[in-house]
Amino acid sequence: MHDFTPISGLAGGALIGLAAALLMLLTGRIAGVTGIVGGLLQPDTADRGWRIAFIAGLIAAPLVAALFGAPLPRPTMNASLVVVAIAGVLVGFGTRMGNGCTSGHGVCGFARLSGRSIVATFIFMTAAIVTVAIVRHVIGG
Amino acid sequence: MPVLASFVCGLVFGAGLLISGMTDPQKVLGFLDLFGAWDATLAFVMAGAVAVAATGFAIARRRAAPAFSARFLWPDRNDIDTPLVGGALLFGIGWGLVGICPGPALVNLAGLSLPIVVFVVAMLAGMIGQNLFDRNLWRRRAAAPRAIETSPLPSRADG
Repeated sequence: MHDFTPISGLAGGALIGLAAALLMLLTGRIAGVTGIVGGLLQPDTADRGWRIAFIAGLIAAPLVAALFGAPLPRPTMNASLVVVAIAGVLVGFGTRMGNGCTSGHGVCGFARLSGRSIVATFIFMTAAIVTVAIVRHVIGG
Repeated sequence: MPVLASFVCGLVFGAGLLISGMTDPQKVLGFLDLFGAWDATLAFVMAGAVAVAATGFAIARRRAAPAFSARFLWPDRNDIDTPLVGGALLFGIGWGLVGICPGPALVNLAGLSLPIVVFVVAMLAGMIGQNLFDRNLWRRRAAAPRAIETSPLPSRADG
């Protein structure tokens, strides 16, 4: 279905790690997308500038790539819009409740060897694997 | 300066997600599908990201302060509590349903495809909903006499 791409995976991953390292070295912040976005959605957050800038950078990345001829990302999704909406709510609620997602717990948390993050990553990976198994091989199969 | 630095970091982070293929939900689902045609790429992305981030963090630990701000804001919690476990569980289910997590969702927003817009709006609603849920919970607990005297308030988020 999809090709295994370890080289571009490692290279892209290294860039993600570089961004996380630079954000800490330059601004003293953890590059956790959930925490960065979630902070903007709380009324009592004072430090909004760097959060907006980081999110703008994320959204600008494919626009910059488009200048060099890359197509804008319009991923195909097999799930219906209702399922997409349910998944979105679960991701938003769950990442805020658990204080982090793949970037904050998965990348930065593992890099800090944080017990909390390693436990969280193990749980959300397992839950996602079980969900995919049910959707693809129990319901879909 | 910290705002510009943050923008550049977001840009590099987004480029990494694009190059690694992790903005494609089918590729992410290919990793999560252990019982199908398994695609191990995501493990290589994580390995590359963690190795470089850990190196950068090790350098940061030896410094007194970051370049453009007063101090390092390292997460300071190490307890495993119910919200951590429950939140990770809910997030994992949502992630497994469509193969998109918050970072790739925002990068994909540039393409303005309908499913991505729906996902991001729903995700923001979920985050706001969690804020409201949390506040009500604390208000109720605060009203209960001396019920939370020893329970620590949540401090800095992990991510």
